[in-house]
Amino acid sequence: MSPATLQDQTIVEFDVRTDEMLVNMGPQHPSTHGVLRLVLRTDGEVISEVTPHLGYLHRCAEKIGENVMPIQFIPYTDRMDYLAGMNMNLAYSLAVEKLCGMKLPEKANVLRVMIAELNRIASHLVGMGAYGLDLGTFSPFLYAFREREMILDLFEELCGARLTYSYITIGGVHDDLPEGWIDRCKQFLDYFEPRILEYHALLTTNHIFVQRTAGIGILSKELALSHACSGPMLRGSLNRKAGDPEWDLRKLEPYCGYETYDFKVIIPPFDDDYYGVPYRTPRGAVIGDCWHRFYVRMLEVLESIKLIRQAMQRYPSAQGSHRIEPPRHLPGGEAYLETECPRGAMGFYVVGAPNKQAVPLRVRAKSSSFLNLSVTNAICNGCLIADIPAIVGSIDIVMGEIDR
Amino acid sequence: MTASDIITALETKFGTKIKSKSLEAIDPFIVVDPSDLVEVVRHLRDEPTLAFDLLHNISGVDYLEPDPKKAAKAGFEPHLEVVYHLQSFQHRHRLVVKVLLPRWKNDQKGQLPEVPTLTSLYGSANWHEREVYDLVGVIFVGHPDLTRILLAEDWEGHPLRKDYEFPLEYHGIRGR
Amino acid sequence: MGWLEGRFEESVVTTTLEQAINWARESSMWPMTFGLACCAIEMMATGASRYDIDRFGAGAFRATPRQADLMIVAGTVNFKMAARVRRLYNQMPDPKFVIAMGACTCGGGPYYKYGYNVVKGVDLVVPVDVYVPGCPPRPEALLEGLMRIQDKVRAMKDLTKGQPLEIPIPARTGFTHLPPELSDPDPVKAVEKQNAWAKRNKERAAPAKA
Repeated sequence: MSPATLQDQTIVEFDVRTDEMLVNMGPQHPSTHGVLRLVLRTDGEVISEVTPHLGYLHRCAEKIGENVMPIQFIPYTDRMDYLAGMNMNLAYSLAVEKLCGMKLPEKANVLRVMIAELNRIASHLVGMGAYGLDLGTFSPFLYAFREREMILDLFEELCGARLTYSYITIGGVHDDLPEGWIDRCKQFLDYFEPRILEYHALLTTNHIFVQRTAGIGILSKELALSHACSGPMLRGSLNRKAGDPEWDLRKLEPYCGYETYDFKVIIPPFDDDYYGVPYRTPRGAVIGDCWHRFYVRMLEVLESIKLIRQAMQRYPSAQGSHRIEPPRHLPGGEAYLETECPRGAMGFYVVGAPNKQAVPLRVRAKSSSFLNLSVTNAICNGCLIADIPAIVGSIDIVMGEIDR
Repeated sequence: MTASDIITALETKFGTKIKSKSLEAIDPFIVVDPSDLVEVVRHLRDEPTLAFDLLHNISGVDYLEPDPKKAAKAGFEPHLEVVYHLQSFQHRHRLVVKVLLPRWKNDQKGQLPEVPTLTSLYGSANWHEREVYDLVGVIFVGHPDLTRILLAEDWEGHPLRKDYEFPLEYHGIRGR
Repeated sequence: MGWLEGRFEESVVTTTLEQAINWARESSMWPMTFGLACCAIEMMATGASRYDIDRFGAGAFRATPRQADLMIVAGTVNFKMAARVRRLYNQMPDPKFVIAMGACTCGGGPYYKYGYNVVKGVDLVVPVDVYVPGCPPRPEALLEGLMRIQDKVRAMKDLTKGQPLEIPIPARTGFTHLPPELSDPDPVKAVEKQNAWAKRNKERAAPAKA
């Protein structure tokens, strides 16, 4: 049920209904997370239609992909989802490796898991901080970036870059870990884990935050499946107790040896101690609303920490090299592979030319945010203008990935 | 169900409407005619043992070797493919459905080929079909709002065609 | 100022009106939040806890161009966005400054060759004062770019003679030190050290045969 049809809100709604008008939000707007343009059809304060306009960051990545070699395309995947460069490198590398039929040594896989999960934490931290900014609180942003800088320091030591890493490449990872990196990573995790309670105290249980997110922008499971939503957006709409599957590609179609790690997939409801966190669903929050999507992300951070710790234990005894030589030419044929990125299932579809070229015939990036954003019109229907930043922020979009 | 079971079930149901299949490809696929696409996909979605209720991706692929000297050795005839990646939420199996099209309708340059739309079956088809129309140049017949989604509305040409020429200028800003 | 200085008691400062205005202007550069792509994240990092752009008086990010002095174009500009960039620039009040942050805004960057939709440098759309290269530039680089803008403001003479023609000599410079394992007082030894380091890194990163 959308907020406009709720009983207790009718008095407010009649006050704010006037004439229909179009409001243009963006492309330069602080709460649209980049250059998204929304055209809102409003009746006073009540939204009746939202039309997203994309393409203000279209950077021709697919055209570039079919003109350069796969290993040269890795830096462009960084720039698609710039908050989770490592995960995007991983997605494209896995797709090309699937096409070439490569089997990686254990050490490369352990390194990949460790780095990808570390980047997932960094990405969710920005998601949390920026979501706080959208809803008018500045301090979680500063806390989140304080911790994120430490992760970036670790990455910088690894590959020299702060944001666009190109560290995970085709055939493994670019370089082995520097000396002492594992200890510093352990140190960071020991520092970071207790800090998560601070975020919950600052944001998750904040009364104003709960008021602005609980029961807002409810996405039903049917709608999410019809629009093929993925990631926290879909998982926030599922119900563990109603027997919905754990829809996480790390569990369903494991890659990089995720099947041998012990972790949980975060699925609501959060009214018991299943995930072992002290905070439960606040009053007013229903499955599929902004609060649940946000909380799924926050709990995924904890699971990522678990995964990194397990990978760090395996690293010293892992066999093989960190990287193997990829074949010089792509074989003919096509491969489609989806991986679980912080924002959802990121798929790469690589077509190799039949006459064995060095460049692929076609590279298609199936973006998760693209599909997650396509439900905006349906879930914003009937909400107030002030709820739009809350809903769009909870989708946690990155325009570089949507427009590619 | 494994891919061979799915394709066998489809062949018993549709017979010759499945134009060709490939089980030894990395992702097994079937090829259907544009006119049969909606019927086959509707069956894939509604049949309880198949239940392909997720349409993950629609991509258009342009098979063309722009260099005439290399065209003989390219290994394919010039054509367009529209590729649908489907998955089932309940059974978790995947299938690829392909539609083969001529590069230009009736072989007249400038006339875009046509495919029926899947927007009545999947919500995710809406934006993906707009994107394929925008970048590859395929018209989806029956789409409620078939406009450009990524490029500007007055853009000329479809950039992911292999013979696309990059613009020299756009609204007074030089392009290269 | 010469003869005026030191004639008054303590805590009285003498200055020219122009210098006072320039000082005020350079110490409160208000940038516009104009994040387009990847560089926007580095711009956010510059504004956040560790790098804290507020130290240089430029931390008040404004959401509207009407209140901003400085436009940091952070990220790729494409043809669809170019008209908006120009419009936002025109909406800013004078005097206004533009930093082109990142390789894409400096000249197309990695999208130069195959980017059919990418503007090859934001200077084709709006006039640029300072270019900050990098993909993306580090926050230190953006701070350096900001200081160059402040140098430019300090040399402004719009009360007396109008804008200076030549670019002012920067008051600060971004000089960096190499770590001790790579530097040496003897230049020959330093080069040897760096070569050995590069060789070692190359061997470490070499892939195994498949």
